[in-house]
Amino acid sequence: MAEFGGGRGDNAGERAREEFFSEAQEVVDGLSRDLVLLDAVAKRGESDAELVNDIFRAVHTMKGLSGLFGAAMMSALSHELENLLDDLRLGRIELSSEVLDLLFRSVELYGKILASSRGDAPEPAAEVKDLLAALSHVSEQKAGAGGTLVAQYELDPGLLGVLTEYEEHRLRTNIQLGLSLYRMRVTFSLMTIDSALDDLKARTRPHGEILTYLPTGEGGDADTIELEILVASKVSLDALRAAVGGPNVIVAEVERRGGASVPQPDVRQNRATGPAAAGPAVETGEFSAHIPSNPPVGGARSVPPTAFRTTPPSAAAMSLAPPPEEHARVSLAPHGIAAGPDGKDLSLRSVSQTVRVDIRKLDHLMNIVGELAIVRGTISKLTERVRGQLEMRELGTELHRLHRSFDRHLTQMQNGILEVRMVPLGQVFDKLARIVRQAAREHEKQANLVIAGADTEIDKLIVEELSDPLMHMIRNAIDHGIESRDERMRVGKPPVGTIALNAFQKGNHVVIEIEDDGRGMDQKRILAVAVKRRVVSEEEATQLSSKEILNLVFMPGFTTKDEATALSGRGVGMDVVKTNIGKLGGVVDISSELGIGTKMTITLPITLAIISVLMMKIGGQTFCMPLANVEEAIGLDESLVRVVEGREVMTQRGATLPIVRLAKFFRIDDDAVSQRAYVVIGTLGDRRVGFVVDRLLGQQDIVIKALGKSLKHVRGFAGATELGDQRVGLVLDVAALIEEVLHHDDNRLAGVFGARAG
Amino acid sequence: MRRILVVEDSSSTRAFIRAILEDTAFAKAYGGTEVVEASGGFDAMRLLPRSRFDLILTDINMPDVNGLELIQFIRKSEHYKATPLIIVSTQSAERDVERGISLGANGYVAKPFTAEELRAACMKLLVAKEG
Repeated sequence: MAEFGGGRGDNAGERAREEFFSEAQEVVDGLSRDLVLLDAVAKRGESDAELVNDIFRAVHTMKGLSGLFGAAMMSALSHELENLLDDLRLGRIELSSEVLDLLFRSVELYGKILASSRGDAPEPAAEVKDLLAALSHVSEQKAGAGGTLVAQYELDPGLLGVLTEYEEHRLRTNIQLGLSLYRMRVTFSLMTIDSALDDLKARTRPHGEILTYLPTGEGGDADTIELEILVASKVSLDALRAAVGGPNVIVAEVERRGGASVPQPDVRQNRATGPAAAGPAVETGEFSAHIPSNPPVGGARSVPPTAFRTTPPSAAAMSLAPPPEEHARVSLAPHGIAAGPDGKDLSLRSVSQTVRVDIRKLDHLMNIVGELAIVRGTISKLTERVRGQLEMRELGTELHRLHRSFDRHLTQMQNGILEVRMVPLGQVFDKLARIVRQAAREHEKQANLVIAGADTEIDKLIVEELSDPLMHMIRNAIDHGIESRDERMRVGKPPVGTIALNAFQKGNHVVIEIEDDGRGMDQKRILAVAVKRRVVSEEEATQLSSKEILNLVFMPGFTTKDEATALSGRGVGMDVVKTNIGKLGGVVDISSELGIGTKMTITLPITLAIISVLMMKIGGQTFCMPLANVEEAIGLDESLVRVVEGREVMTQRGATLPIVRLAKFFRIDDDAVSQRAYVVIGTLGDRRVGFVVDRLLGQQDIVIKALGKSLKHVRGFAGATELGDQRVGLVLDVAALIEEVLHHDDNRLAGVFGARAG
Repeated sequence: MRRILVVEDSSSTRAFIRAILEDTAFAKAYGGTEVVEASGGFDAMRLLPRSRFDLILTDINMPDVNGLELIQFIRKSEHYKATPLIIVSTQSAERDVERGISLGANGYVAKPFTAEELRAACMKLLVAKEG
């Protein structure tokens, strides 16, 4: 908390502070996505100036924010990081793997600092200190080449006057790389400029880099604006025109003073093709790039445009006019990434028109929908009554029609709100790509993360809670699963391991698979460890099926702190992973084959707001049990019930199953004794308890609501739901019930669950 | 009553500036203040002709139209050629700030700033306008 202490008491300040947290988190998420992209670009041996600039801008924003809101640690980190990125974008240092690592570490630290501010984690003061030292070390290594590079060019001061230092640097770099400069004149409506400009950017990006947007201050009125857009491109004027041209876009090549060897398309000719209004504008907007002597322009241009290759900026700075063949090293980046198949990279980064909504507001809307559903139930009953009376039949039909329409719209509204809560899993997957990278750095192991189904959507709240368990499982896969390079080669596997992350929707559930091609899980070793750590007795160990053996890793006590490695360790075992996923209403399964690999499968409900339940009657009252926790329901055969150590048990499929009579348990007067009862088998991980109920009513999707403050202390209930007939059904918290039944004696249970239900 | 345009791409910085300038004591001195937020250059260009602003605060490092280009645009317009304009930007962008001043900005507040610093800079220009 210390990091963000000292708040302003007033409301506006409080709002600003809240805005700060959500904006900072957003910036960190965006940074994380961009870094993964940058890593991919670097791996292809390319570079992407716009991406680097976006990352710089994000850190710049962070610096400004943290300074304003007194977040000292974040501010110090941002300051050093900004310097590094400034050097990077201005070409003073190279994007080495060392620099990339520092960037990844920094983003991780941002996350930790934010987490510590929420009280979720300790302040990472030592880590910040280490990183700051490393960052300033890299900054010291920068080459002083920037200055001499700048001195080589003389650009029209009128234009330079409105370019930021970065834009100027990009302009020079592009001229030096031998690209042509083009000027696009476009008139936009101010109302639609954002989307129109995005469209223009998307069309321009595969062909060149947009250096700046200058409002011309002409040709526009209050509703329109004319922009002059400066583009550096490797393609010809005609090609660029074909890509971006249109009735409102005039493209012209910028004239040069020095490069006479380059064929110059006639700008005047272009003017003739555009609307008359553009005529004078071209003249006033004139600017020229003067290149004094022996420019590399000619050399680079001799390379066919389709196979355009060039050295990175810093290398070019050292030798101004290298022979053409030396250019053929690295493909120019902006085009590389933007031209990715079906523009996916673009869409990943594009900022759409969105609003940020507090999820509590959505919960509130959902509650209102719940209230409306109750109203709907009442109207339905009234309608039936009216329809039952002969003299009011016409009115009844009318009411019935209205009711149906109401019903339909209400369902749509409910679905609409649920949809808003949904976010793509990609948000959390991006972080995992970082983990894999980090692991590759820390261990002598190499692994690629292959992601599929990142656009699968799931409830925002679930996504947030998923991050830690998934991270842990990925670390585990690298730490225990993937073998070292040498070991892999020895057994004939590819030296670089693969971790596949697969997500898909399956009905009302989302399935996430984490599969590695590592050494697989050794059942003998698991058993040995489990016995040694007294997770199972030696006798039990001999009776376990292979699936049960694998599941032992989820048992508390299986992982111990002192033996966990730095990577997957932190003293958190797989039992915590399983519990956390269980809290989200999800389950984890393992399958593994020795020598081949391991697959963990997580199955989660798509939303926490709506759950599928089994409706049941206990002593005349309706209860719901989340289906995620129901294994099966069977008829109760009283003759099979035995009493062992004061507790009722029955044998089911060869295993002993403790049973609890819920009517007695909740002290509900049971007046329906004669009926045949059922046993609903509830599960929590591998723990099972049979709950005896009077009657099964069937399955239903319900909107679950939290119990009010006064009932908060009553354990055993996850919440309540309206049943549509103005009555309320309690939703059982199976996890809590099982914990109580298996870990405490019945006397204490009676105390805990003493409050009467209903 | 003074209307102040804040051009800044960070929403929390805008909220922070709003909290400072719509604050009672400062606002009262000018018969109330109204802070209008623009999230970038285009947004500002949309708002400028539709309203009358007594003071403009702008960041420089913004996507698309940068602050320098916005300043040039503002100074070109008949309406706003003399409106007090303050650059709110990080110290590291020294050269960019110099350019902004030469393009016609009247003042500069370095980020991170305190409430007092920002208020002082605004008051200096708003008072000057009265005189």
